[in-house]
Amino acid sequence: MGKKSKRKQVLVCCGTGCIANGGLDVYQAFKNNPGGLFELASSDDIKATGCHGLCSSGPFVRILPDDITYCQVKAGDVEEIIEKSIKGNELIKRLLYRDPQSKKRVQNLEKVAFNSMQLKKALRNVGLINPESLQDYLDRQGYQALRKALKMKPEAVVQEIIDAGLRGRGGGGFPTGLKWKACQATTSTPKYIVCNGDEGDPGAFMDESIMEGDPHNILEGMLICAYTVGAAKGFIYVRDEYAGSVAALTKAISDAREHGFMGDNILGSGLNFDIEIVRGGGAFVCGEETALLASIEGNVGEPWDKYVFPTEKGLWGQPTVINNVETWSNVPLILLEGAKKFASTGTAGSKGTKVFSLVGKVVNTGLVEVPMGTSLRDIIFTIGGGVPGKRKFKAVQTGGPSGGCIPESLLDLKVDFDSLGQAGSMMGSGGMIVMDDRTCMVEVARYYLQFLAGESCGKCVPCREGIRSMLEILERICNGGGCLQDLDLLEDIGETVKTAALCALGRTAPNPVLSTLKYFRDEYLEHIVNHRCPAGVCKELSEFYIDAELCNGCGLCAKNCPVDAVQGEKKQPHVIDNSKCIKCGECINDCQFLAVKVR
Amino acid sequence: METDALITNQSEELDAIINKYPGEKRYIMAIMHDISRHFNYLPRQALEATAQYTGVPFSQVYSMATFYKAFSLVPRGRVHFKVCDGTTCHIKGSQIIIDEICSRLNIKPGETTADLQFSLETVNCIGACAIAPALLANGKVHPHLNAAGIRQVIAEYGGPEYGKKE
Repeated sequence: MGKKSKRKQVLVCCGTGCIANGGLDVYQAFKNNPGGLFELASSDDIKATGCHGLCSSGPFVRILPDDITYCQVKAGDVEEIIEKSIKGNELIKRLLYRDPQSKKRVQNLEKVAFNSMQLKKALRNVGLINPESLQDYLDRQGYQALRKALKMKPEAVVQEIIDAGLRGRGGGGFPTGLKWKACQATTSTPKYIVCNGDEGDPGAFMDESIMEGDPHNILEGMLICAYTVGAAKGFIYVRDEYAGSVAALTKAISDAREHGFMGDNILGSGLNFDIEIVRGGGAFVCGEETALLASIEGNVGEPWDKYVFPTEKGLWGQPTVINNVETWSNVPLILLEGAKKFASTGTAGSKGTKVFSLVGKVVNTGLVEVPMGTSLRDIIFTIGGGVPGKRKFKAVQTGGPSGGCIPESLLDLKVDFDSLGQAGSMMGSGGMIVMDDRTCMVEVARYYLQFLAGESCGKCVPCREGIRSMLEILERICNGGGCLQDLDLLEDIGETVKTAALCALGRTAPNPVLSTLKYFRDEYLEHIVNHRCPAGVCKELSEFYIDAELCNGCGLCAKNCPVDAVQGEKKQPHVIDNSKCIKCGECINDCQFLAVKVR
Repeated sequence: METDALITNQSEELDAIINKYPGEKRYIMAIMHDISRHFNYLPRQALEATAQYTGVPFSQVYSMATFYKAFSLVPRGRVHFKVCDGTTCHIKGSQIIIDEICSRLNIKPGETTADLQFSLETVNCIGACAIAPALLANGKVHPHLNAAGIRQVIAEYGGPEYGKKE
């Protein structure tokens, strides 16, 4: 970095979460050059970066080299930041992050528990570089891995990936190197490289943040693979909802072409490779690789039977390597630091790190990247800061709709591909949704089944009919019409679908039902036998009331009730008028004294 | 809708969209995305033109248009609400938001109000889990909604007649 490192740099987080909270306005305010900012810095030193990770406290402004991070910044704060912290050396205390544990204001966000337990590998550049700038990427060893690979034999590159023990980050966990090797061994041409950026798991945005925040990294990973297997054409399949990702990747591809990293005779090596972006159509099943390939070809996204793997017969019947975004972003790193170093992190069966989107009922929501083998407890309580308010942790859901819910008793589980599978859940692409006692596990199972019923492509009977039948039963239970035999029936259908469905979507679809039945059977029984939803979510089965002994009459719930159903004098216990109540739960969420209860 | 035929200058616009792409099957989805963005839905005539241009039977184009959730065969409203019903938003109360919109605007997910002002769609995840529950109104994110918040959003986009329930 040389002389550059002495100059002040301003990094403004413009990830999805921060944009929703006004991140772009903050960035624009810096760009407007108030108070002659650019006398100190060139406009290149004001960067709109990808996601910083701790989305719940955004928008972030990070000032380098002093490493000051301000959070929840508003456009109106910008002038003050420039005067005090960029021109001067003063800290603005009120904008510093308040560590939830020590209650102290912290200057350097890297040192708080949220960050200090993390290990950024796939996300190594996200939040530090301007994703639109090729130069920024080059400054951080960008395309060095490609140069290195081009000097190696293709077989040696594949061996490096095999030795690193990299497994597919999209959920399957298939060894990436073996996939490449299989494709390398085929003689049929042309061959294709595909990046799966159809991040369909509701509650997950890891891939989005990489595509948006470090697009060249993905391109470099694909280029390296193209060299090893001998492919000339690549596709990146992106969800259409991710407008920011499409824009960032488009810019990155055109910049890479212009500078000789893509196109014909790349870096004078004789390698020809180009990448095209395909926008997805919003179908969850397209995250399944064969369905995704069908979609690229211009068909409806129905999966096909994998008697023959895509590495042999994939896109248009030709050999195809398809990997997930996060997998691709690990590839350049393996080449740079070597397989040995990469494999030194992680567990016996799962090497390296994994990015999770830690969301739901947890204090620090955002993106976290931890070594494989980190315990769920560390992720949720140390990094995530636990469940907000006085609520109680109930479960963590991993693996998206195909995953399962893990109860408190298993929180010391070391997270990797194999351990989560054994617990009845799965790694999936890395969604991690924390649930507290206000979450109804029966309703969660119903939610996932409803989702999957809508996303089942309908090609095979077990998935199409099985999911629908399970959904009907769960709806019945949530509405108070369930009977005890329903539970056996659910397990029965679940096992059948698991065994007989055509693709991974169907085979994993019963997981949410089976795992909640296994760990939270008492909640099912409560719904069926006592006609009561303990979490107060199933509207037919819950009625709210205020515990007069706990209520101190602060009036917050009465003020926030959208239908004026809460009444009472100030400082006197309040009551809920159940004829008006729409059971939205606002009062429960508001009450600091846990006085609002479910009957 | 009384008629689905496009008027003359719309036909020209349609041609301009389609002609940007080579006439191959694999560009059907990209063409449909662009049509959808331009017209706010997929008019039948546009699908027919796409089928003809790419040399694919109309039935196949139609099956794609109905398979993928991103497309609608009926016009969407001037204000298009995409309520996120991803897992995080769901456990943080997106159903309350959906119920409120349905009862205030008298439409169900996938429908448009008679005056074409509002339409409602539920989507799986908009990647904004940290600010759940959220909705997109014509692409703008409204974070941390509750029953009262969504009423404000409706009023903001539709004027007072939508703000109060009859």
